[in-house]
Amino acid sequence: MATVEYETHEHDVLVIGAGGAGLRAAIEAAAQGVSVGLVCKSLLGKAHTVMAEGGIAAAMGNVWPEDNWQVHFRDTMRGGKMLNNWRMAQLHAQESPERVLELERYGALFDRTKDGLISQRDFGGHRYARLAHVGDRTGLEMIRTLQYHAIHQPIDVYMECKIERLIKDGERVAGAFGYWRNTGKFVLFKAKAVVLATGGIGKAWKYTSNSWEYSGDGHSLAFWAGADLIDMEFVQFHPTGMVWPPSVRGILVTESVRGDGGTLKNTAGERFMFNYIPEFFKGETADNQEEADRWYQDKKNNRRTPDLLPRDEVARAINSEVKAGRGTVHGGVFLDICTRRPADYIRKRLPSMYHQFKELAGVDITKEAMEVGPTMHYVMGGVRVDADSTAAAVPGLFAAGEVAGGLHGSNRLGGNSLGDLLVFGRRAGLHAALYCKNLGGRLTVDAGQVESIARTMLEPFTRSGGENPYTIQADLQDTMHELVGIIRVEHELKEALKKLEVLKQRAARVRVEGGRIYNPGWHLALDLASLLTVSECCALAALERKESRGGHTREDHPYTDDTWGTVNLVSRQQGERVDLRREPLPQMPPELKALFQERK
Amino acid sequence: MATNFTMKVFRGDPAGGDFKEYTVEGGEGMVVLDVIHRIQATHAPDLACRWNCKAGKCGSCSAEINGKPRLMCMTRMDIFEPDEVVTVAPMRTFPIVRDLVTDVSYNYEKAKQVPPLRLPPPDADGKYRMMQEDVERAQEFHKCIECFLCQDVCHVGRDHEGLKKQFSGPRFFIKIAGLEMHPLDTRDRSEFVGAQAGVGLCNITKCCTEVCPEHIHITDNGIIPMKERMADNFDPVVWVVRKLRGYKKASA
Repeated sequence: MATVEYETHEHDVLVIGAGGAGLRAAIEAAAQGVSVGLVCKSLLGKAHTVMAEGGIAAAMGNVWPEDNWQVHFRDTMRGGKMLNNWRMAQLHAQESPERVLELERYGALFDRTKDGLISQRDFGGHRYARLAHVGDRTGLEMIRTLQYHAIHQPIDVYMECKIERLIKDGERVAGAFGYWRNTGKFVLFKAKAVVLATGGIGKAWKYTSNSWEYSGDGHSLAFWAGADLIDMEFVQFHPTGMVWPPSVRGILVTESVRGDGGTLKNTAGERFMFNYIPEFFKGETADNQEEADRWYQDKKNNRRTPDLLPRDEVARAINSEVKAGRGTVHGGVFLDICTRRPADYIRKRLPSMYHQFKELAGVDITKEAMEVGPTMHYVMGGVRVDADSTAAAVPGLFAAGEVAGGLHGSNRLGGNSLGDLLVFGRRAGLHAALYCKNLGGRLTVDAGQVESIARTMLEPFTRSGGENPYTIQADLQDTMHELVGIIRVEHELKEALKKLEVLKQRAARVRVEGGRIYNPGWHLALDLASLLTVSECCALAALERKESRGGHTREDHPYTDDTWGTVNLVSRQQGERVDLRREPLPQMPPELKALFQERK
Repeated sequence: MATNFTMKVFRGDPAGGDFKEYTVEGGEGMVVLDVIHRIQATHAPDLACRWNCKAGKCGSCSAEINGKPRLMCMTRMDIFEPDEVVTVAPMRTFPIVRDLVTDVSYNYEKAKQVPPLRLPPPDADGKYRMMQEDVERAQEFHKCIECFLCQDVCHVGRDHEGLKKQFSGPRFFIKIAGLEMHPLDTRDRSEFVGAQAGVGLCNITKCCTEVCPEHIHITDNGIIPMKERMADNFDPVVWVVRKLRGYKKASA
């Protein structure tokens, strides 16, 4: 057999993914003086961070001086139903204010307070107005700022390049192998350390706010290389995605609409969230409309509106309203800001929502209510990492952002993702660089290992028979949506696992047409493996966890169970199977525990 | 509702190509990108196009639709006549890679040349203070999603390949404008603007502004003030703002 041709690049640190976490990691590693390569599947600046709307949660105290990292830490843990890695939540709450200021030093122009400081807005689950923001396009500001900072640093950027497998030398990471989307040619990156910053897994579901890039690449690369994944059962359905017209179903409607005064209503015009306040949040949530509306201006004497309960609660509530027949004909509920805020205010605070509804749905949100419903948005689960260093179990492998698990527990608060990217992106870049500096000896890459990966990648071109990758992906998305969706039940999860087995067999026979140059069919065919891996990990963990908590709701186990509150589910590859274990949750020190006893 | 859409899509590579006609099932609210995806799923799995967010936020799916530079994800099919055969071609200004995908590396090279922000040290508490009304001018330019439609439509690059070397294009004129209008920026880019960015080559036909999906006033708010400053090196608004706030331009 002819040898496989590929080009080779060599770096100390290879960062995979160029969203907020990857860019911040690359900037930090470069600042440490090591050689850095940054690989991204799309063009630079197009990563999913660009779609983040609301803001960056950081207890800066610019609007509410009472805010501090302890309050943010407590909100994050309670939002995650206490299943979070406490140390990650602590580091995140402590460091995100400095990361926001740093972004401003790089050139970000945030909206301002009257005193000229960075303004902060209300969001679900946050006690105080805490999100640094730029209208409703904060993610765009963040990625553009990091991108333009990064291009002036010594970082080699490799665009439209997809990594298929990590390469190991013994137990250690030694690089990564992939292809150029533009040419279809292969490329090997030799690297002492690899930072995964690949984002999430949303494209395994039918209705999602996620782009095609979210195919679980980093989750799978880590899993196949022997690292652990934790909390894979926890999937966040954002309560407000667009539901009509069908072609835009799932596109995100920012939580800022509710943060800025919008409210959810059913078809009877009832603000139904008052009927869905769980015991856990009763102490801090307004139980009547007057108090809820006063809260926007006066947080000291009023409790938060239930429209801004954590996302898992709101998504379940919308789901229940629609099931009870109080939803719209298109299967959503109404999100109304037009009767509550002036048109000018709406256009100023929510310009991209105004634009999005006007152009895609023909709806003027300053005059009409939006129609919204839950959409798959985020995976809390991910690569298990050391909180301080972001190191995974495989030496030389680091992970930051959505691909890493732990920070958000069973449910992420809005605004905590962008902070996550900056805080742990920086930590990943720093610790990957330190790891390289301390690494003795030379790493070798086994050419046989590389060539065998390459040959497998080319197989879909030469198969006869077999299926179109688009059909397989569509069937996978239907399966996950119907059987591993927002509400789960044992027999459906078992059925999902059976269907996933069949889909795996179909994917093994996938066939592609055309050549290797920019061939989306081939690209999708190669993405199926990771989509199926993360789907299986999610379904297995969802079947195992017999309780409801955060982004995991079991119809057959509807209550939160304290014994389950002490364990994470850890997925590890064992041959061709997923080995799923229960492992004890790390215990927080007494001084942090005390924060939860002070006030209810 | 159950009508079909027929679309002519360019299929080809640097060696050449042609438009190919596809008919797919239609649906309410569909945009051009939905039709392209449907063609991929049912007729041409290898049809090359870029896309990401499908909500007009990432600027990946730029193309020329019926000859007009637009985002495929924000172009609804119901703006066309029911029986109209819509034509989709790649951006003409950039070298073709395959089908609807072009080589936009020109833009990334130009991006690197723009002299970055230079800020004074922050206040004693580590924070900067800027007023909302002062940041808004620059914020308009920060809305840019880098779809490069303005770069595509601008006749300087579109019709004069040779001028591309000395011409950064509208996207980078507003990048520069955004930096210059940052309330605290201290860098002088006047030499770069004239000599390297080539703002003088723009003759204000406003084609860039017309195609901008973010409705940024590229010409009026970005390019014209820059041209005026070049003419007399004096922008009264910036001058007044800086005077009031006490920041002066240091030399580069």
